[in-house]
Formats: sequence, C-alpha cells, structure tokens
Amino acid sequence: MESTASLLQKQQKKKYYSWVAVFFMVIFLGIGSLYYCTLQIDYTWRWYRVPQYFFFNEQIDVRSDVAGTIDTIEETEEGIIIRIAGDDGENVDYAYPSRDVRIYEGDSIFEGDVLGSYHEWRVGILLQGLWLTLKVSFVAIIFGIFLGLFAGLARISSNPAFKWLSITYIELVRGSPLLVQIFIWYFVLGTLVNTMLAQNGINQVPPLWFGVASLATFTGAYVAEIVRSGIQSIHKGQTEASRSLGMTYAQSMYHVILPQAFIRIIPPLAGQFISLIKDSSLLGIIAIRELTKATREVVTTSLQPFELWFVCAILYLVLTFALSMLLQYLEKRMIHS
Amino acid sequence: MIDVKNISKVFLVPHRVDALVNVSENIARGEVVVVIGPSGSGKSTFLRCLNRLETADKGQIFIDGVDILHPKTDINKVRAEVGMVFQSFNLFPHKTVKNNVNLAQNVVRKRSAKEADEITMALLTKVGIADKKNVYPDQLSGGQQQRVAIARALAMNPKAMLFDEPTSALDPEMIGEVLDVMKALAREGMTMVVVTHEMGFAREVADRVIFMDEGKIIEEGTPEHFFTNPSHDRTKLFLKQIL
Repeated sequence: MESTASLLQKQQKKKYYSWVAVFFMVIFLGIGSLYYCTLQIDYTWRWYRVPQYFFFNEQIDVRSDVAGTIDTIEETEEGIIIRIAGDDGENVDYAYPSRDVRIYEGDSIFEGDVLGSYHEWRVGILLQGLWLTLKVSFVAIIFGIFLGLFAGLARISSNPAFKWLSITYIELVRGSPLLVQIFIWYFVLGTLVNTMLAQNGINQVPPLWFGVASLATFTGAYVAEIVRSGIQSIHKGQTEASRSLGMTYAQSMYHVILPQAFIRIIPPLAGQFISLIKDSSLLGIIAIRELTKATREVVTTSLQPFELWFVCAILYLVLTFALSMLLQYLEKRMIHS
Repeated sequence: MIDVKNISKVFLVPHRVDALVNVSENIARGEVVVVIGPSGSGKSTFLRCLNRLETADKGQIFIDGVDILHPKTDINKVRAEVGMVFQSFNLFPHKTVKNNVNLAQNVVRKRSAKEADEITMALLTKVGIADKKNVYPDQLSGGQQQRVAIARALAMNPKAMLFDEPTSALDPEMIGEVLDVMKALAREGMTMVVVTHEMGFAREVADRVIFMDEGKIIEEGTPEHFFTNPSHDRTKLFLKQIL
C-alpha cells in the first residue's frame, strides 16, 4: 500500500502540472484569438516582407560619365571591365562585380547611359534604427552614470550648495514628463545653443545630441537617488572604521563605501537603464530616427503595421533582455570576487 | 598623552540627552584605563569624542599635545595616530583579511605594497590569524574578525588604542581570544582606553578604572580600590548588579 505521504506528493504534482497547462493555454488562447480577429478584418499577414527592412539587396546601375564608343568588354573572375574610348580622346574604365551588361562593343553611348548593373547588400532602415537606439542609449547611460554618481554624492553632502543644487536638479527632472524635457532640450536649449553658435560662425549641434542630453539628465536624476540609497544602505560602522584609520572622506568613499554600495545598486540600476532604452523611443519626435521612428516610417511605406510593430517590440525586448542579463552576470561576478 | 578638559556633549535627536557633562580626564602614556558604567552612561560617547567620531560641544581634548577640537587641526592625522576597535568589528566585507589590514597603510601611511605586506603579516601572526590572510571577513568567527580589526588598527602604529566594547558582540567562548590579544598589547606598554563589561579584564590589566554614570565620571581608582572598596553608593550598586 502506498504511504499517505507519497499520495500527497502525487496530488501536489498533479495540481502543479495542471496549472502549467493553464499557463500554456492562456498564452495559446491569447495568440490564437488575436490571429482570429485579424482574419475577421481581412488582414493579410506578410511576414516575408519584413526581412528587407533589416537587409536588402539593392540593384545599382552603372552609368557612363563620358560620351564615346565602347572599346572593349572584358569578363573577369571578379566581374566586368568596360573600356570606353571617349570622344575627347581619353579612355575610361568601368569595373563592377556582376555579369549584367546592357551594351555591346562598338556601341556609341552618351553621358549617363546605363552600361550594366550589380547588386549590393544594404542595411535596412529597421536595423539602422536599432543601431541608433543602441548608440543613443549607451551614450546616455554612460553620461547618466557619471551625472547620477556626482548628484547622488552631492545629495548626501553636508555642503548646502551641493546638496540643494542636487535636490533642485533631482526634483525638477523627476517632477516633469520626459516628453516635455525633450521638447525643452530641443526647442528651447537647442535653439539657444544653435543660434548662438551660428552667430559666432560655428557648426550647429545636431538634434541627436540634444536627445542624448535629455535622456542622460533624465536618467541621471534617478541614478542619483539610487546611488544615494545605496550609500545610505551601507552600515555607518564602515565609514567610522575607515575614518578612524585616518582616511579622508573621499578615500573612505572610494575605497570602502562605493565598492560595497555599487554591488547593491546594480539591480535597481539595471531597471533604470532598461527604462532608458524604452524611453529613447520618444526621441522620434525631434527627428531622431531611432527604432520607433524607423518602424513608423516603414509602416507608412509597407502598409504592414501588425508585423512591423510586433517586430519593433521584439527588438526592444532583445535589447532590454540582453542588458538585464549582462548586469545580472556583472552582479554575480562582483559578489563572488 | 590624552588630556580631556571639561568636555560636554548633548544629543538633541531623537530627544535631548546630556551624554557628557563636564568630563575631565588625564591618561598618561602607557596607561591602561578601563571605563565601565551602565548603558547610556556616556562611556562610549566619551571614547568616541577622543578621536572626534563625535564632536564634543564644549571643552578641550589634547592628544599628544594636539588640540583635536581646534578648527585648524587635521583630524585625519590625529585619527591615524589613535587606533579604534568597535563592538561590531566593522571589517571591510569586500576585502580579504590581508587587504583589510593593508588598505589604510597604503592609503593613509603611503607605504609600498611590499612594506605593508610585511607589517600586515607580522601583525596577523601576532594576533594568531596569519593562516586566514586570504579569507573574506564573513568566513571568520566573531573572535577572529575582532582580532583582524585589532591588527588593522595596529598597522597604523598608533600611539594609543581605543576599544569600544570589543567583546560585547562575541559568543562567550570567543571572548578569551580577543582579551588575550588585548592583554598582550597592554603588557607591551600600549596606551589603551577600554570601554567594556569584562570586569575580569579590568581587574587584571587596568592601571585605572573609571566608573561613569549619567554623563559624569562618578568614581575612579585602581582596580583594587574599585572592586574591593568602592566609595560611592552608585558604584556599589552597579558592582553589586553585575558581579
């Protein structure tokens, strides 16, 4: 006879797996009903149209820059070499990597005539947008870390100038929407800076940098609060021990407090940086073609919004997931070292 | 060596406490002074005022002739000369035992890595923990951690050592090993101020015992006087309660 304990275990297992089944059913039902609805409105899914926005094979026409007669057409391993005897007496060579030739030896041609064509792989607009999002986020994170570190240290300083400046900065940034801050950076500060630069004959700062600045200052304020809470979570005894050995405030911070605080603030920092990557989608409104703006442009030309917006979301997911994995790895390594 | 003149200290947060009231004390070079008293009597505050972890509100404190409450005094220089050992050890958890002892030698004393290593190893041998040099503090017992903390303070070659209830957070069987290290230190002639509840240590090692209550020094004297023939009623009551 089976013991009651093993019966109990069996029952618990059964219960567990039935709830696992519920999970998959809910997911399946969600996707299934979405698909069913799209069929109801006669939406045609064309996933095969998506890859071209990552990479596409562009046909490039080779055109003559001179008028003259085709002297020779030579086929080599790498492609075609066409020599044109120009009307002005000079020979011009055209070489391109393909077999496509549209003219014959002895043809006379004019300037701008197509000699042939070849194909070249190009990076699509979505991938360009993804790259820009990555770049903007990365730069903003780096600046945000430094800004946040200094503002966080100033926040807990006993110096009223540092402390109040830091509080003002943090409260201003955290109290207003990022969208408004982007507008202020671009339309107010951007106009001021670029107009003043123009008056002095210096090149304009592109909108990208105002976008990065708005994200960096925004993140910096949140990082400052994270840094502050991290430092304050370190036991007071650590400061007392290091100061009692004769270390200065700065030495104690650098050698004792910050290394310990840093490990503790990695998880909240990871959350903040993931928010930053997602918030960078707002930069589209000041003409920065990051992933969301790129997707919007592609949607207007391809007319496949369903596929593209899903792809866009998944690309963000890839970025944020990779970042969170990276920081988890970093945290584990720092704890074990 | 340590000359305290009429210091007072008031805490206002969370409510007003007169932690020290007009305390004066003179501790000679090589003297071992044990401070005892009930909790809240101001003995820890007194000790922490000596290296300005707490700043006295009134009075003067001279360490080796330096007025540590003077605005022009570089307190970090004074602190480097006065070692402190805490109740909760306060080792740096992110550094190995060896690096705990090395850190201030490199940063404050500007010793080379090789020189610091030699001093560290000599001190770790002295406190009997040289075999744990590459271990992190959380892998050590309380007694071992406290011995590392003593070695860390000694590595600065301090002129005086302050002990703030060094055995209060320890399991009973580990108190002995820490007290032994402190006794050895006392025999070498180190100037020591020890806040403790270990009456055995006071009786055996102290040159002088100070009894504090309500922020004042009630009574002081040699251990014999103190434990056999205390004169003040408050002292008698306290000793009756703990012995």
